[in-house]
Amino acid sequence: MSEQHIVSNKKLTCIWLILLVLTTLTVAITRVDLGGYKVFGALTIACVKAGLVIAVFMHMKYEGKLLRWLLFLALVTLAIFIGLTFFDVLYR
Amino acid sequence: MDSLEPTQPLNNSFWNDTGKTGITSWIFSTDHKRIGLLYFYVTFGFFLTGVLLGLLLRIELMAPGRTIMGPQTYNALFTVHGVVMIFLFIIPGIPGAFGNLVMPIQVGARDVAFPRLNLLSWWLYIIGALIVLTSLFSGGGAPDTGWTFYVPFSSRTGTNVSLAVFGVFIVGFSSILTGVNFVTTIHRLRAEGMSWGRLPLFTWSLYATAWVQILATPILAITLVLIMAERLLGTGLFDPSRGGDPVMYQHLFWIYSHPAVYIMILPAMGIISDIIPVFSRKPIFGYKMIAFSSIAIAAAGSLVWGHHMFTSGMSDTAVMVFSFLTFIVAIPSAIKVFNWISTLYKGSISLEAPMLFALSFILLFSIGGLSGLILGAAATDVHVHDTHFVVGHFHYVMFGGTGFAIFAAMHYWLPKFYGRRYAEKPAVVAWALMFTGFNVLYFTMQVLGMKGMPRRYYDYLPEFANLNLVATIGSWILAAGLVIMVVNLFRGLWWGVPFEGNPWGGASLEWTVPTPPPTENFIEEPVVTHGPYDFSNTERS
Repeated sequence: MSEQHIVSNKKLTCIWLILLVLTTLTVAITRVDLGGYKVFGALTIACVKAGLVIAVFMHMKYEGKLLRWLLFLALVTLAIFIGLTFFDVLYR
Repeated sequence: MDSLEPTQPLNNSFWNDTGKTGITSWIFSTDHKRIGLLYFYVTFGFFLTGVLLGLLLRIELMAPGRTIMGPQTYNALFTVHGVVMIFLFIIPGIPGAFGNLVMPIQVGARDVAFPRLNLLSWWLYIIGALIVLTSLFSGGGAPDTGWTFYVPFSSRTGTNVSLAVFGVFIVGFSSILTGVNFVTTIHRLRAEGMSWGRLPLFTWSLYATAWVQILATPILAITLVLIMAERLLGTGLFDPSRGGDPVMYQHLFWIYSHPAVYIMILPAMGIISDIIPVFSRKPIFGYKMIAFSSIAIAAAGSLVWGHHMFTSGMSDTAVMVFSFLTFIVAIPSAIKVFNWISTLYKGSISLEAPMLFALSFILLFSIGGLSGLILGAAATDVHVHDTHFVVGHFHYVMFGGTGFAIFAAMHYWLPKFYGRRYAEKPAVVAWALMFTGFNVLYFTMQVLGMKGMPRRYYDYLPEFANLNLVATIGSWILAAGLVIMVVNLFRGLWWGVPFEGNPWGGASLEWTVPTPPPTENFIEEPVVTHGPYDFSNTERS
């Protein structure tokens, strides 16, 4: 419970740069005509970014099973809530 | 009867063994029992406020036309009645008050896992409550949207919705912190021998509730922020003319607020599961299934929010999906009811005040639950939606259910923490009056709703006059019983005959500690050797 994991500056900078690149990509994707896939693309990029932040900046990569499961549970709950809402939005 | 001389709190208990006195020894205390009592008195105070508002609403509806108030006042009063009762009383009521008082002792811990967080949670609750109260008397006046704050009205009305919503937002954080604290406590601070299969069912129900508090409350917080954004920044999220969707607000609101009714009812069911076996002198029937059904209700209950929106213009597919899911929740609820009844079978039943309240819970909750199925079935819901039937249903579950469970808990557990008895006879009289008044009031409401009387109007057609008069008279019988109960109970707790030991013969850990409990609950670390409903070695003393 108590041991601290220290992430090197090099790694943090690297992740930060990747996040910047992905942000640029999110902006760039709006200039390309992809139709309905545009939203899908933007959300995918956003998920990758959130994943990197949670894994490295928030140290989830170095945590034990319990915390990972808790996070997983919260995300699954959110996905179910959004998914059920689509029974309304998609079939109106 | 009781000796009525004001007496000092009993020695060597959490009342006086910290060596500190005065108000700061309470409002800055990190002792779970003191925080529990703080929660209890504040939430109960809000309950009495809500009752007063409810009585005023009933007087207005006593006769057709204007009786004591106009439509704007009526709209504001039912909104405040709802906001106070839901957000300031029922949601924090059981976890905050009785959860804090009893749960750490039931699992064999000295305190909750994060005592300071617990104090912070109470303070957030108080700050949020004060902001809600301020909103009533400032700005454009008390909100008039109903407790659901539906758009588009809530984003346009000139009343003080923004501040009220901000207050509820803060109260929500208090609820999340309590949830985090309870989950951690139940996981990590159980005494030696206190396996998951030996947890009292009240603790099990708090555990299920805590998860709903953690997972669902953030969604309410976001929804309330969106209302504020809509009002203050004009974002147009819920405005169709700017690409928004008003039905989306209802989705977001009910994604929290439907699970919230399980935050209200689950711990109440836990109280009943603890009281029934003690007063039947018999182990609970189906321990595992009751514990499991708490989790099942928490999980399935989180997926049924759409049943509030059958007439809101939601898609037909969604109506069918949510109607089906709603019926699934009836299964674990029925498991609990059948198990309580089976516990009573061939038991040695003693009908004292806590048991009377617990038994009426079973009946009233069942009526409320079954009327919920009428609302959960899409076809019948279209007929009775937004009528007094809904008001009757909700009060049967929340007041007849959770409210009566809180009264049961007050008579069952509070004497233990005060070390003083209340008088039994007035308590039974109070129960009888409340039970009668309750049914006269709310059953009449359900009949009115079936006949087509809409909710949330200060006036009605003449043909509804007689039944409305009956309902209002019922509200007075209910209030009379409530007054007797409150006077008798607190007179007993503050000035009654002191006692020690185990008055009901309970077998869970809270009955093994001294009366009133010392600050850290246990004089020696407890070692648990039997289940919470094994009465073979306990007697009333």
